[in-house]
Amino acid sequence: MKQVFKRPQALSDTVMHYCPGCTHGIVHRLVAEAIDELGILDRTIGVASVGCSVLAYEYFECDFQEAAHGRAPAVATGIKRVLPDRVVFTYQGDGDLASIGTAEIIHAATRGEKITVIFINNAIYGMTGGQMAPTTLLGQKTTTTPRGRLAEYHGQPIRICEMIKELDGAAYVTRVASNSPRNIAVAKRAIRKAFQVQLLGLGLSLVEVLSTCPTNWGLTPVESMKWLEEKMMPHYPLGEFKSPGEVK
Amino acid sequence: MLGELLLMKGNEAVAEAAIRAGCRHFFGYPITPQNELPEYMARRLPEVGGVFVQAESEVAAINMVYGAAGAGARVMTSSSSPGISLKQEGISYLAASELPCLIVNMMRGGPGLGGIQPAQSDYFQATKGGGHGDYHLIVFGPESVQEMVDLTPLAFDLADRYRNPAMILGDGILGQMMEPVELSEMLDVQLPPKEWATTGRSGGRRHVVSSLYLDSSELEKLNKRLQDKYLEIMRTEQRWESLDVEGAEVVLVAYGTTARVVKSAMNLAREEGIRVGLIRPITLWPFPTKAFESLEDVGRFLVVEMSSGQMVEDVRLVVNGRWPVSFYGRTGGVVPDPKDILARIRELARGGGTR
Repeated sequence: MKQVFKRPQALSDTVMHYCPGCTHGIVHRLVAEAIDELGILDRTIGVASVGCSVLAYEYFECDFQEAAHGRAPAVATGIKRVLPDRVVFTYQGDGDLASIGTAEIIHAATRGEKITVIFINNAIYGMTGGQMAPTTLLGQKTTTTPRGRLAEYHGQPIRICEMIKELDGAAYVTRVASNSPRNIAVAKRAIRKAFQVQLLGLGLSLVEVLSTCPTNWGLTPVESMKWLEEKMMPHYPLGEFKSPGEVK
Repeated sequence: MLGELLLMKGNEAVAEAAIRAGCRHFFGYPITPQNELPEYMARRLPEVGGVFVQAESEVAAINMVYGAAGAGARVMTSSSSPGISLKQEGISYLAASELPCLIVNMMRGGPGLGGIQPAQSDYFQATKGGGHGDYHLIVFGPESVQEMVDLTPLAFDLADRYRNPAMILGDGILGQMMEPVELSEMLDVQLPPKEWATTGRSGGRRHVVSSLYLDSSELEKLNKRLQDKYLEIMRTEQRWESLDVEGAEVVLVAYGTTARVVKSAMNLAREEGIRVGLIRPITLWPFPTKAFESLEDVGRFLVVEMSSGQMVEDVRLVVNGRWPVSFYGRTGGVVPDPKDILARIRELARGGGTR
């Protein structure tokens, strides 16, 4: 009998701690599939960040470093500058990348560090219990925006891809979503392409993945998929913001 | 190249010493009075196949050091007091993940933005941990450009041996002044094997560099292992210089630039017939307690620092009430005058004053 589905070699055979309906597990799998397909497991070093994905190093079979909150692009820079022939990627949430680590991601992109950044945007702080993220939508209720996010009081949500694409060192910038089989297939191709951009040494590649947090959104997993599409996508439009001609 | 005598600024000399000790990666951010160090690295590292990165901040620089150290490199950064404060988060992570590296702090006066003149007011921060959690750096307090150059390869070696960050605690004078310095030849450094480094599995076992232990008993295990390591370092790595201590009416204790001023004051005191001695810690952590343990015929101690009194606490701990310990310090970038120190020595030799 032909085996048509199995766990990627780059993904650990372990139980993940993620909540039901959270899409971290899906994105982990997509990253692992891309690593497998490109045959780079033995020369890839991941950098985990602080937040729900802090334990990402438990779920991948490649080497890993766990960085301080927001500092993953700096840690990845250190690794890549020592080992330029290795593949280095960070896996960061919206609190990590878009709030405390904005300086690190902007300057890693500006320097054109040849690293890949997987950026999970679920519009909320998951690990700490549902506080406002820099990407929390206007009107969205969180534990620190109990009456909903107000522009004049809490500030506007930040769009990372639109900002990073302006930086000359960023080679590939795209936003995908993890809410439907079709979008997941697109996300898979984007993640694979991001690694290919790194392998060609073209500059920093960043894939933003719109993701869910049923637990802290207070929705069921199915409602969360719908919320992502109806609420997040209008503010965070999907698509390639910047793409080098070298990689299709 | 052995025996090459050069006239160099301290900042540049320590950079060259690091390169000759095999350092090929430097991550830093500009701050006075240590700028000649990264500038030298920017010029020199590419010539020897190394990499210099000017980071966006001290915070980023120390995390680049973390990544590079985790990847197995001999790596360093440098800064001065306010910048070192910014690095504390990363230093705590480096200590917890047991990553070797060298951090140079050319201290300037604080607190806050302070000034750009030399000071020794980061002693607490350097020797007591500095960031969050129970940890120590291996800290050296050189008194001259030559000693700074000599301690640089040792700092790298001990960092590797103990898998622990090391620090050279200089000051604005040591960084800025030019002195004749003898540099070793370019060493063909064979780094000790770093089986734990994340270099890609290469078919072998995978490696993880992390400081996260969600299980409290596992975190306690890490802490116990760290404390065992620190005890071993305290037992074996204390370094100091003792001068004429036995029989001294006044034993001075000073490190770094201040020790040199103190030596001038001691010469003046000897001319007046006062018996003076000196204990000069070279490792600030581990503090050289052994220099004090076997003392018998000593009058009293006078600790001199460019701070409001930091190392004096370690002296009082080790002296533990056996002798009076007095303190004289200048702050804010003011360097103590030998005549002022002499005045304190005279006063104490006559049996007066306790502080």
